[in-house]
Amino acid sequence: MKYLFAISTVAIAAAGAVTAQDQVVNIYNWSDYIADDTIEKFQEQTGITVVYDVYDSNEVLEAKMLTGSSGYDVVVPTGSFLQRQIGAGAYQPLDRAALPNLVNMDPDLMAAAAAYDAENEHATIYMWGTTGIGYNIGAVAERLGEDYEVDSWALIFDPEIAAKLADCGITMLDAPTEMLPAAMNYLGLDPQSIEPADLEAGAELLTQVRPHIRYYNSSQYINDLANGDICVSVGWSGDVFQAQARASEVDAGVEIGYVIPNEGALQWFDMLAIPVDAPNADNAHQFINFIMDAQITADITNYVWYANANLASMPLVDEEITSDPGIFPTEAAKENLWSSPVYNARTDRLITRLWTTVKTGQ
Amino acid sequence: MSSPATPRKTKLPFGSFLERILSKLGLRGRTLVIAIPTLWLFVFFLVPFLVVAKISLSEAMIARPPYSSIWNWDDGVLNLTLNFGNYLFLLEDTLYFAAYMESVKIAFVSTVFALLIGFPMAYTIARSPDSRRNILLMLVILPFWTSFLLRVYAWIGFLKTNGLINAFLLATGIIDEPLIMLQTDFAVYVGIVYTYLPFMILPLYANLVKLDDALLEAASDLGAKPAMTFLTVTLPLAVPGIIAGSMLVFIPAIGEFVIPALLGGPDTLMIGSVLWNEFFSNRDWPVASAVALVMLAVLVVPIMILRKAQAASEGASQ
Repeated sequence: MKYLFAISTVAIAAAGAVTAQDQVVNIYNWSDYIADDTIEKFQEQTGITVVYDVYDSNEVLEAKMLTGSSGYDVVVPTGSFLQRQIGAGAYQPLDRAALPNLVNMDPDLMAAAAAYDAENEHATIYMWGTTGIGYNIGAVAERLGEDYEVDSWALIFDPEIAAKLADCGITMLDAPTEMLPAAMNYLGLDPQSIEPADLEAGAELLTQVRPHIRYYNSSQYINDLANGDICVSVGWSGDVFQAQARASEVDAGVEIGYVIPNEGALQWFDMLAIPVDAPNADNAHQFINFIMDAQITADITNYVWYANANLASMPLVDEEITSDPGIFPTEAAKENLWSSPVYNARTDRLITRLWTTVKTGQ
Repeated sequence: MSSPATPRKTKLPFGSFLERILSKLGLRGRTLVIAIPTLWLFVFFLVPFLVVAKISLSEAMIARPPYSSIWNWDDGVLNLTLNFGNYLFLLEDTLYFAAYMESVKIAFVSTVFALLIGFPMAYTIARSPDSRRNILLMLVILPFWTSFLLRVYAWIGFLKTNGLINAFLLATGIIDEPLIMLQTDFAVYVGIVYTYLPFMILPLYANLVKLDDALLEAASDLGAKPAMTFLTVTLPLAVPGIIAGSMLVFIPAIGEFVIPALLGGPDTLMIGSVLWNEFFSNRDWPVASAVALVMLAVLVVPIMILRKAQAASEGASQ
């Protein structure tokens, strides 16, 4: 009888979970961007069911946010995209009282992120990283000589060097607002410039190396680098480190390195935010607060190899990660990092058009 | 393609009462039967079409949703603002024309290959004994039971540099260097032909299976060689099947986005990826809508006219 009673209680609880609105939270995050046990731990601790979806480009997220009624409660836009979407009224202000773990956050980095979101009103930092070069150490040494030091964008943007690497595969992110500034940076131009002449110069350089580029994609390169299908990628720091980890798991002789080029690199912040029409805003706050827990953030960084902005978590992050200049850049390297400006519609159209020209020759 | 000359009047046992009510309303059973698909087309084709047409006449802006409203109600005055600039913009930049042409080319070549591969398959199935025919048809349809996306991903495994085809060719010593097949137009053709092949085979089969053996026997009795019989009897009779199959391959292939995105190279320029760029990278829904509508006008309308002309000529010859 007791047994039966227990079953009926469970049944009621389960029915309650389905009907009660506050028992679900819908997360929309980047692919390969969370520890394997984070969601499980959150569900255990709070009893809230997590529905977890992924994307691999800010543009896809933005289309959903601007359409509205996406049904998501927590999303993770990158800074400059966040800023524009806030301008369109896509996000609600965070309720700071519901986020006690905000005290864990690094004030300097939060101040830097406030450039996109005044006073951090709508978002908090999830992870941050750089857009640099991931490469197959053995394959590059084989083609450029053992002594060649990979420390510059020249690896990709110097047509002569790129030509030597073309046969083993160079790839770029399919993200024009990251690739054009990188090319401008290599040319000695201001990577934050929105001058058409500067952007066109960047596009011209990208067109010159175009014959040596295998593909433009923002998620496929992780596996391809790890498997040795390609050997040089412009990629996001943590993704390259994930490729490195996968390569060493497979142990087929592929060794992957990541470098922030001397000339500089884009530094970006991915921000946790709550859409204005989130169906479960309270649960969303609970989830964001949970993520800002020192141990949870440390677990994610240890898993995805992206830097976080959580000071309290630093002692819990593996030494191997905190000491890696590719993840936590040195002071010298930090000086050359730039952040992405917000482009107006006209510049956006120019950038997309230039990017199409680069990719297709049209 | 033939319609019954006179609609047969069958009285359903339970239908007489219903029929009387309907006829009082001026409706007949046939109207009702047609009403369901008409309603379907209205809700799922015409309404979305009008929404897209509306967006194509608005202006892009940073808001939710990211375009302006084409009408507003102001003190009892309805203001209608139609922005035709999006259509004019398509003429300014050669990109759109190039993308349309490239899409037509890829779709056309794929259709030809699908026909060349599909025709012998359909013919073999149609000529097989009944017992084997169902199994063969089953084999054509079977791949549909797995997700289309998974099957395209499987092709990545075949075609990639370290993939199965290269591994086989290298192992057997046919090539020394791996062939680069993935991220090329070749891979797009393979993907499209593979995916749409059943759409070519099934209408061809349906046509060829009706082919009267007596006609073939008559041709051979009159001294025609098999090749001659095929060219002068089988092929002309198969034309409706060829056209139906080709349409089913050609039309969706033009707008194909997934296959070129997964298998194609960056220089594979198809209208689907141009639409994607307008929609996602430029956040310009109005121009994206204009691209879609122009595609409809430029490609689908002529095809519909052709179809109508063909139906008319068939009707005339019967």
